[in-house]
Amino acid sequence: MITVKEIEKLANLARIKLEEGEKDALTKEIDSILTYVDQIKKATVDIDFTPTAGVVHNVFREDFTVITSSSDREGILNEAPDREGDFIAVKKIIAQDFDE
Amino acid sequence: MIDLSTLTIKKAHDDMKSGKYSAVDLANAYLSEISKKNKEINAYLEVFSDIIEQAKEADKRFKDGTSTLLTGIPFAIKDNILIKGRIATSASKILEGYHATYDATVIEKLKKEGVVFMGRTNMDEFAMGGSTENSAFGVTKNPLDISRVAGGSSGGSAAAVAMSGSLGALGSDTGGSIRQPASFCGLVGLKPTYGRVSRYGVMAMGSSLDQIGPFGKTVTDTEIIYNTIKGKDVKDGTTISDNTYTIKKLSKKPVIGVPRHFLGGDGINKDVIDNFNLSLEKFKKIGYEVVDITLPNIAYSLAIYYVIMPAEVSSNLARFDSVRFGLHKDGKDGIDDYFVTRGAGFGKEARRRILLGTYVLSSGYYDAYYNRANAVRRILTQDFVKAFEKVDIILTPTTPAPAFLIGEKTADPVAMYLEDIFTVTANLTGMPAMTIPSGFSEVGGKKLPLGLQMTGRHGEEDLLFRIGKEFLGE
Repeated sequence: MITVKEIEKLANLARIKLEEGEKDALTKEIDSILTYVDQIKKATVDIDFTPTAGVVHNVFREDFTVITSSSDREGILNEAPDREGDFIAVKKIIAQDFDE
Repeated sequence: MIDLSTLTIKKAHDDMKSGKYSAVDLANAYLSEISKKNKEINAYLEVFSDIIEQAKEADKRFKDGTSTLLTGIPFAIKDNILIKGRIATSASKILEGYHATYDATVIEKLKKEGVVFMGRTNMDEFAMGGSTENSAFGVTKNPLDISRVAGGSSGGSAAAVAMSGSLGALGSDTGGSIRQPASFCGLVGLKPTYGRVSRYGVMAMGSSLDQIGPFGKTVTDTEIIYNTIKGKDVKDGTTISDNTYTIKKLSKKPVIGVPRHFLGGDGINKDVIDNFNLSLEKFKKIGYEVVDITLPNIAYSLAIYYVIMPAEVSSNLARFDSVRFGLHKDGKDGIDDYFVTRGAGFGKEARRRILLGTYVLSSGYYDAYYNRANAVRRILTQDFVKAFEKVDIILTPTTPAPAFLIGEKTADPVAMYLEDIFTVTANLTGMPAMTIPSGFSEVGGKKLPLGLQMTGRHGEEDLLFRIGKEFLGE
């Protein structure tokens, strides 16, 4: 049985703020799904299961610089919620007393 | 006056080529239907404002002789497929107002043909759901009975074609999201072999499961669209070539396999089973051999799916960080911005699946859930491969029941998940599967469409088309 505390921990790992009011319902729902999927434990796995690539395999390409057009670059930068010149602006993440 | 109800791609093409009407006339005919119906149905989240300009470009190609089969054909595009410069939101608040900065490969291919993009269609948020009730922008109603859902997650694309708001459409299918709404709306829908269609430019949900595919009113229309969008793409490393899988040469009529042992569950509607049996009789009448097959691990399909899919969802949706694109809500510091934005931007089902995925991938549970699910997935795939030594296609109903009422299943996630019981196997095994309309269930004076699902060997879409056409008499 999954607990509200575990749900809070998962939400923290997933970087999602939950409302107080939704935690109980979410706990019940996730618990009912986990109860359902638990049946995979009953399956007889009689093969050596080492993950393999299968027919779909990795595709490599040369690592070179692609020059994009300035309009493409503008388009991408314009989608950022906060832009300063040619940069995407984010909040300061270094402590104020860094210099001291 | 163009009769849209009986129109097919081939007929529209011939008509435009012979000058019976222009691409502009055709676009106007569809626009007039959209303006009459979309307010109620909510198939389109946005109807594009440049449709007539696109149609004029198509008409030029008919004049200068460069037209192809799809030139001027109206298309509806699911809101998780990028068209450069246009809004794309996956029906999520977290992407409200986001403009695509490049074309998806499938869009590039359709542009080359000169199709007319009518608009972007409603869906369950990030393709998570089976009814479009998880859209941040309201449910899509079924054009055949507006008290019912159109299905999902590609419900808007299916409804757009079913209400004569478009002639063709694209959707994405992670666990049945093309086939189930196609079945609910009386259409043909195809989930191609994993890797057959490039996913470059489609918002990822479950990367080992997702495929883009077409909706059409006929098998022929579906085939035309599929042949246009398929192919290897350097921008999608998972795409396969024509030679990846060896196509079995058939010396006699294809043999149909039926996993009878899986069709007796309580949740399966009687009309669905009766219609399925009638369809089998029809196949026998036109000379097909029908045999019973056993798929020993098929009962685990949905459980495997509901471990692997949320795991992949939780990874794929980690990209929404409120920094590079989409919604930004201010928190008290940098990391709090993530919490506040993702809390406000993701809807209930998205949050539920992200948490579930985080759980099955967390240390201590990884082996019991994620690794275990992958092992059982491998065994399930082997069951199918083995069955395909004796039969050429596997037939089941597409859904356990016809379209359900709006709101009927929203309270119980597991009941909603059971909608995918017949469709998820094709995503887990990577095999192609197509739904074709097979009849109706009469409920409350309304005729609700039923669908028949054909699953084929890897790479054998062409056989599905052949059998589908024979069944429907195309």
